Amino acid sequence: MDVREKIVRRTALELKDGEVVNLGFGMPVGVANYIAPEKAIIFQTENGALMFGPTPVLGKEDPDVANAASQPITLLPGASIFDIATSFAIIRGGHVDATVLGALEVDQNGNIANWAIPFAEGKYLPGMGGAMDLVGGAKRVIAILQHCDKKGQSKILHACTLPITGKGVVDTIITELAVFRVTDKGLMLEEMADDMTVEALKAVTEADFIVPDGNPKHYQVV
Amino acid sequence: MNKVKTLDEVIDQVKDGMTLMIGGFLGVGSPLRCLEKLAERNVKDLTVIAIVNSYPGGNFDLAPLFAKKQIRKFITAHAGTCPEAVQAYKSGDVDIEYYPMGTLIEKIRAGGAGLGAVVTPIGVNTYVEKDKEKLILNGKEYLIELPLRADMAFIKGYRADTLGNIQYRGIAMNSNPAMASAADYTVAEVNEIVSLGDIDPERVGTPCVFVNAVVNGYPMTQHHALYRELWTKSGYLRQPNA
Repeated sequence: MDVREKIVRRTALELKDGEVVNLGFGMPVGVANYIAPEKAIIFQTENGALMFGPTPVLGKEDPDVANAASQPITLLPGASIFDIATSFAIIRGGHVDATVLGALEVDQNGNIANWAIPFAEGKYLPGMGGAMDLVGGAKRVIAILQHCDKKGQSKILHACTLPITGKGVVDTIITELAVFRVTDKGLMLEEMADDMTVEALKAVTEADFIVPDGNPKHYQVV
Repeated sequence: MNKVKTLDEVIDQVKDGMTLMIGGFLGVGSPLRCLEKLAERNVKDLTVIAIVNSYPGGNFDLAPLFAKKQIRKFITAHAGTCPEAVQAYKSGDVDIEYYPMGTLIEKIRAGGAGLGAVVTPIGVNTYVEKDKEKLILNGKEYLIELPLRADMAFIKGYRADTLGNIQYRGIAMNSNPAMASAADYTVAEVNEIVSLGDIDPERVGTPCVFVNAVVNGYPMTQHHALYRELWTKSGYLRQPNA
């Protein structure tokens, strides 16, 4: 199982029957593929719909029905459509139970950075899109990312170095190596990959974390 | 009253230095023919307000305006999907001003609805709060975000009647209703223009008072073929059982 698939399959376990969920760009959208059929989750797409379904086959597409990445989707029975003001009233107004967002960096205080890569003084790409609204409005924020960058440096930090998307907003961090909960006491290690030891995890994690009762649970996937 | 105009009649009104709102979301629900016509002209130094940028990969909707350096300033929530815009930003040909998407749409809505400001908690403790006034209400911090308006708005609907009532379809409403209300002159591009009474009042998404001109976009069959080609090229649409 590749690293990204592992993260996505772990993340699918976080979403509960009946919840309203918004999946961010990139890796998060893949979570929808691993939801158990008995779980009825209402997925929102920020460009203006609830209850959307899979990609249609060629010939079944509708030129006016696409997701927030501009890919064709379908609408399921029970779907609704609305404009962006309504879509963000849903998000900012606290009507989304959980959001899954890809992250560039997260830190032990629940900060997340996922919108801005600086290329010159005061100039950033690509922009926050709906991410600031999502971290501010969703009841649970699940940040997913690979544990280390391409140079092997930890992306789970003492403090984010990039411009943040939201301060103290993350509830759960899921990487291919571990699942952390952000608590008042700090980062709690909840699950750890079977091929890791706590010592090995500490070696690749800049952030401080607490190991409850000395033994984290096994890392689960659907 | 008949608000139906030709594309040339409406694009003739765009002048150097104007602020334009452009409806659509990554190329879906976008006024494609107006944008194509605008890119044929030499009008420049435009400030463009769009909720996000072009269809991912560019060379569609907003992208040619960046390629031709007609846009001087871009106000948006996300710019990264459009290589032409990224290039223009990096070379200093365009300035970008970012707002969280929910804040941006409310600033536009406020501009059209006669409100003095939007008061929102989104963006507090981030880059977004820079140089902005804050309010503390009931112990919680908020940013004061000012309304946005434009000289002209170009929106996209499905059908319009000759009075300018607009019907939307699918998930293509997106930023169009808010933008329709927030410009001095709003142009609605639609797939079909119909007679008064042909749109059920319950189906009117943007009432005629917000619309100054109606122009013909791609007819529905052509509109469908265009997106089918786009999505097939991008690898999103595949033959059944392929």
